[in-house]
Amino acid sequence: MIRIRNLHKSFGDNRVLRGVNLEIEDGETITIIGGSGCGKSVLLKHIVGLLKPQVGEVEVDGEEITRLGMEELAEVQKKFGMLFQGAALFDSLTVRENVAFGLRMLTDLDEGEIEKRVSEKLSLVGLKGIEDLMPAELSGGMKKRVGLARAIAMNPKYILYDEPSTGLDPIMADVINDLIIDLRKKLKITSIAVTHDMVTAYKISDRIAMLYEGRIEEIGVPQEIKKSENPVVRQFITGSSEGPIKMKLRE
Amino acid sequence: MILGDRVEIRFLRYIGDRILIVTSSVGRLTELFRQTIYWIGRGSLRTQDIVSQMMEIGIRSFPVIGLTALFTGMVLALQTGYAFSNFFGEPVYVGMAVGFSMVKELGPATGCMVLAGRVGAAIAAEIGTMKVTEQIDALYTLGTNPVKYLAVPRLLACLIMVPILTLFADIIGVLGGLLVSVYSFNIPATVYRDEILNFMRVDDVYQGLIKSLFFGVIIIMVCCYKGFTCEGGAQGVGRATTSAVVTSMVLILVSDYFLTAFLVCIGIGAAHF
Repeated sequence: MIRIRNLHKSFGDNRVLRGVNLEIEDGETITIIGGSGCGKSVLLKHIVGLLKPQVGEVEVDGEEITRLGMEELAEVQKKFGMLFQGAALFDSLTVRENVAFGLRMLTDLDEGEIEKRVSEKLSLVGLKGIEDLMPAELSGGMKKRVGLARAIAMNPKYILYDEPSTGLDPIMADVINDLIIDLRKKLKITSIAVTHDMVTAYKISDRIAMLYEGRIEEIGVPQEIKKSENPVVRQFITGSSEGPIKMKLRE
Repeated sequence: MILGDRVEIRFLRYIGDRILIVTSSVGRLTELFRQTIYWIGRGSLRTQDIVSQMMEIGIRSFPVIGLTALFTGMVLALQTGYAFSNFFGEPVYVGMAVGFSMVKELGPATGCMVLAGRVGAAIAAEIGTMKVTEQIDALYTLGTNPVKYLAVPRLLACLIMVPILTLFADIIGVLGGLLVSVYSFNIPATVYRDEILNFMRVDDVYQGLIKSLFFGVIIIMVCCYKGFTCEGGAQGVGRATTSAVVTSMVLILVSDYFLTAFLVCIGIGAAHF
C-alpha cells in the first residue's frame, strides 16, 4: 500500500506538485494521466524515492520514506522495479548483463541460476536469444521489453512504468500494454503507470487519476473517467486544444 | 526587500549569485568525496571494476604521458642549455635543472594535466550521458548506489596508477633531457647523470608523487561530480565535459602552489644546499 500525502515539489521557481494526495492499493494497476510537463514523472520518482519533496509524505507499506537515510532508502527501493521512458539500459553491458544486473549486485546466486532467471524473464517479455546483443543494436520496442525484463528480474512488489508506450508504433504499444496486463496476472504485482496515451490508460488500468496544476483533479475507474463531466478531464481525454487547459506556446 | 534595478545593485546581485553557486558546488563536491570514502571504508568492493579502470586510466595513458614527458624533458634541456650557456659561458647544470624540474613539478603537473584531458573528459562524458539517459536513476532502482558503483573504482584505480604514471613521466623526461644534452650540447652523459644522482634526494621524488596523488583525486572527484550533476541532453554532456576538464586543470595548478608550499614547510623536498 502506498500513501502520498500533501506532496509539494518545486524546481527553483517552478512549482510542479502543489499538494498531491493519492492512495494506491496492493495489487491494483493505477495510471496517472496528464499533459506534458504537468509533473507525472516527477510524482513517479517521488514514489520510489528518487526525488524528495519540499513538503509532504510518501508512505510505502506503512513506512515514511522521504526522510530516510541512504541505506534505509536503498532497502525500500528493492521493493520496486521501474521501466524508464527511454528504457535506460546500461549501454556498455549486454542484454544478459543488463537483465542480470540486480541479481548480480544483490544476490549470491551462481551463474547457472542467474542465466536461468535471465532467460525466464526475457521469455516473459517475448524476447529470446538476444542475450549477447548490446543495447545499441536493439529497436525501441526491444529496448523497452529488455528494460521491463530487468525491472522484474528481482520479483519486485511494485512496478512503475514511465510512459511505457510512448515513442512506439501502435502495434508495439499494444504489445507492451498486453505485457503489462499479463505481468499483473502472472506476478500479482501492484503497477503504477504514467502516460498521456488514453488508449493505454483505458486498457491497462483499474483506476485512472488525472494530474492537473500540481494536484489530482479526478480519480476513478476507466468508465467513470470516460463519462466525467469535469471540463479539464473532458478536454484531455477528447484531445482538444480548446478548453480550460491552456498549453503555453512559445512567443 | 526590493533594492531596485540600478546597475550597481544588479552587479552586486550577479556577484552574489556567482559566489553562492561556487560555494554550493564546493559543498556538493566535498559531499561526493565524503560518500566515496564512506563506500571505500564499507568494503566489499568489486575488484573487476577496479582492475578494468586501472587498465583504462593507467595502462592506456602510458603512451600519451610518455610522449608528453619526453618532449617536456627535451625542451627543458634545450632551454636550460641555451640559458646557462649565455649566463655562465658553458651549458652547466642542465642535468640538475631537468632532473629537479621533472621530478618535483613537471612530471606530476603536466602528467596530470594530460590525464585530466584524457581520463577526466571520458569520465565526465560517460557519467554525464548515464545521468541524462536516466541510467543513474536506474541504478538506484536496481539496489545499487551510483557513487559506490561508478566513483569508487575510478578513485581507487587512480590512486594506484597515478604515482606509477608520474614516476614513468619523470624517468622518460629525464631521458629526453639526456638525449638533448648529449647530442645538442655535447654534455657527457656521466656529467648529466652525476648531477642528478649527487644532488637529488628521495624526498624530492616523494614530493612529486604526493602531489600527483592529490592531483589524481582532484581529477576523479571533479569529473565524477560534473557527470553526476549533468543536465540537459547532449549539449549538457558537452558542457559538463568541458567544464570538468577546465576545472580540474585550474584546480591542479592552484593546488600545486599550496601543496608545494606545505610539503616544503614540513620538510619534504625542501631546499638542501
